[in-house]
Amino acid sequence: FDQEKKIKNRESFSFWIPSQSNVCCPFKLTLSSLIVARVEHLSPPAKMKIMVAVKRVIDYAVKIRVKPDKSGVETQNVKMSMNPFCEIALEEALRIKEAGLASEVVAVTIGPKQSIDTLRTGLAMGADRGIHVEATGDLFPLAVAKLFKALVEIEKPGLIILGKQAIDNDCNQTGQMVAGLLGWPQGTFASKVVLDKEKQEVMVDREVDGGLETVCLNLPAVITTDLRLNQPRYATLPNIMKAKSKPVKKYTPEELNVGTKSDLEVVEITEPPKRKAGVLVSSVDELIDKLRNEAHVI
Amino acid sequence: MNRLVSFRSKSRIGTTPCSSSFYARLLGSSIDASRTRSTANASDSLATVSRCSSLVPARTLTGSSLFGSRNGSSARLSNLTGHGGSQGVARRFCSDAAAERESMEYDVVIVGAGPAGLSAAIRLKQLCGEKGVDLSVCVVEKGAEVGAHIISGNVFEPRALDELLPEWEKEEAPISVSVSSDKFWFLTKDRAFSLPSPFDNKNNYVISLSQLVRWMGSKAEEYGVEIYPGFAASEILCDDNGSVIGIGTNDMGVAKNGSKKENFQRGVALKGRVTLFAEGCRGSLSEKIIKKYHLREKRNAQHQTYALGIKEVWEIDESKHQPGAVIHTLGWPLDQKTYGGSFLYHMSERQVAIGLVVALNYKNPYLSPYEEFQKLKHHPAIKPILEDGTVIQYGARTLNEGGIQSVPYPVFPGGAIIGCSAGFLNVPKIKGTHTAMKSGMLAAEAAFGTLLEGSNLDSYWTTLQNSWVWEELHKARNYRPAFDHGFIPGMAISAVEHYLFRGKSPFTLKHGKPDHEATNVARSHSPIEYPKPDGVLSFDVPTSLHRSNTNHDHDQPAHLKLRDPEMPTQVNLPEYDGPESRYCPARVYEYVPEESGQLKLQINAQNCLHCKACDIKDPKQNIEWTVPEGGGGPGYSVM
Repeated sequence: FDQEKKIKNRESFSFWIPSQSNVCCPFKLTLSSLIVARVEHLSPPAKMKIMVAVKRVIDYAVKIRVKPDKSGVETQNVKMSMNPFCEIALEEALRIKEAGLASEVVAVTIGPKQSIDTLRTGLAMGADRGIHVEATGDLFPLAVAKLFKALVEIEKPGLIILGKQAIDNDCNQTGQMVAGLLGWPQGTFASKVVLDKEKQEVMVDREVDGGLETVCLNLPAVITTDLRLNQPRYATLPNIMKAKSKPVKKYTPEELNVGTKSDLEVVEITEPPKRKAGVLVSSVDELIDKLRNEAHVI
Repeated sequence: MNRLVSFRSKSRIGTTPCSSSFYARLLGSSIDASRTRSTANASDSLATVSRCSSLVPARTLTGSSLFGSRNGSSARLSNLTGHGGSQGVARRFCSDAAAERESMEYDVVIVGAGPAGLSAAIRLKQLCGEKGVDLSVCVVEKGAEVGAHIISGNVFEPRALDELLPEWEKEEAPISVSVSSDKFWFLTKDRAFSLPSPFDNKNNYVISLSQLVRWMGSKAEEYGVEIYPGFAASEILCDDNGSVIGIGTNDMGVAKNGSKKENFQRGVALKGRVTLFAEGCRGSLSEKIIKKYHLREKRNAQHQTYALGIKEVWEIDESKHQPGAVIHTLGWPLDQKTYGGSFLYHMSERQVAIGLVVALNYKNPYLSPYEEFQKLKHHPAIKPILEDGTVIQYGARTLNEGGIQSVPYPVFPGGAIIGCSAGFLNVPKIKGTHTAMKSGMLAAEAAFGTLLEGSNLDSYWTTLQNSWVWEELHKARNYRPAFDHGFIPGMAISAVEHYLFRGKSPFTLKHGKPDHEATNVARSHSPIEYPKPDGVLSFDVPTSLHRSNTNHDHDQPAHLKLRDPEMPTQVNLPEYDGPESRYCPARVYEYVPEESGQLKLQINAQNCLHCKACDIKDPKQNIEWTVPEGGGGPGYSVM
């Protein structure tokens, strides 16, 4: 079917506000009995690796313009930076490592040649190693998830953390698809993550429509981060210098045996229609007249 | 009465209310450095973030290694040790501030990745290559990326670039549109009169300086220059002899009330054997240097004079686009007492750059350069070009117009000032990029000599005066001051200069009052009624601001400091009717009523375009522009 992509207004992240209908305080629901984790292999607890996905997107402060030919969004001469949710994901991974619960944080990016800059930012924040899968063209979440699965089979991490969505396509699919492909449990929209190494499980507070939901996942697991999880750290100058010498491994989709051709094709991208000015009506009759004859809604 | 405009806040461009207690605490810190601060949580973090007015004497760092031999271009990381000072709660910001941060050492530290800074960096590396040595060069830039804070007309004279990178065309510099026509109009409200063009733009190009600087940045990195965007130099570091030994970057992650947030990061000390300041017009650290070392008095220079340029880049109809067409105008909408003019340059890809430049020595406190620019776009000669077009970007920046009379002595112990921070813009040509670049190159050559042979950095001043920069500026020196006597005398003297003396005039005109003193009191003028924006050609400030991609982390101390917090309500408002609410092109300053009904100054620091107009034009020089957290500010890409 026709797919019309809407360019969202970039001015604010989707600020989620808990609905206060029946709930006066967030409720906890432990679903550990309902979530079945198929544990394929337990890495030795001491050497747990965390894999973090980072994506190079148009900087959130930039005003987006649609290309005149409607084939996409203007990306030439536009500032690019790391997806804000990916920064939060990386920050969480670094905190887990600094707490001694993980030994290594690997930052992974999938994208064109310039994505290496984003990876270097991730390394400057504190990731130990980087992996760059060089792939050009539009990559849809399923292809990204498949590439991820291939990398997981090589790297064998104990935890995967991703941002909940990328601010350029707002898909909110990759994390879930990765978990599905691997058969791992997932804790999405995480606003709090507590790792228990002894029991090899992680408690994730999820921001859901009704409030907060706490799930307990067996490791290895997939977590996607939401806005309120943490405040990402700044990359300091000395760390940026050190990042230059951190190793980055390159792959291509062919090397990983993953086909990136998608069944979806973006047909057209247009700006949202301009808001028309409102009209003040002077009487109820006029309102009814407009509703009937102009708007055709009654 | 001042027309108050309050606008609905968008998440980024919102009004940030400053509570009076925060205000007091913040401003209390900026009044006098010598007073130890009593508010505990404001002391340490605010100390380094807020103040840059005094120079920080750095204690014994890695003292001996500072001037040791360099091998390789990698900087050495070292922690400051052995400071020995007390680390009590109430700190003096200068001494202890330097103690606990990491320092990185380079041979040359350059502040600002603009045309001057990058030219200096590239020239240094070229000289290294020629002589088979290596020097470590570091460039810090407060913008989020190289080019993010670069805005200029721009009709580019490639003279300096030809000297620096002669292969620029082969290396795909974003310089492709030659000037194809050069028009000069005198505008009245309804008509445009063609005048003979005083410019000679035959071999020049219409470019986006932001794009050119970005390209220069990539070239500099190819040469091995380390460029760090997103880091703002906020402090000058000096040794016990008072020589500059480097700069300190801003602390990041400081909350609005001065406390440290969870992602607090201490700034870094970047030490250089030579430090070059290339901050652009009215650079915050450069101004401090000029004051501290009395650089203007040293050569009997006058004060600097400035203009505010407000610019938009439009994408217009294909049929109306003539790549390389250059139009300059004089006259309407500015009156005879206000110097300024507009420009309209056709770039590539259906883009045109249009802007208005208003000299900041205007007298009427009710003048709003932004609104004058909006008026300009409705002129019958300009409107047809822009019709059916869309605005891509908006921005504003001050530029210097002082010329040779105002250039300070550019060398001080430990470094030099290059580019517009010193002020090499050629006003009648309205070009400053080529002279800025050349000044950077000359400073680099002098610095190279200093570092390798121990020669005096003052050779920069000598080579500058013997170069084509000085020759050009000398010929151009009388045009701008002539207009201080009025429009007609200005045109007359300019004509005499241009056609009769041809730059060899025996006299040098002086500038009038400094810009901030030129503002008359409000009662001698009446408010100007500006037309409402129509949303098609003219726009309100929030809409325009959104197009500049301006953003600052909102939870940081306001970077615009008031030396006296009471002055806005006691002097600016009653005497001048709050001119800052009108000349600021980003609506940073607003007078809003408090609960008691009294008007109070509200500073929306988040909107700031880093243009420095407030620092220049505030009648009592009460507003001090300091640098906010690195990475904030506008995001220009085609300006």
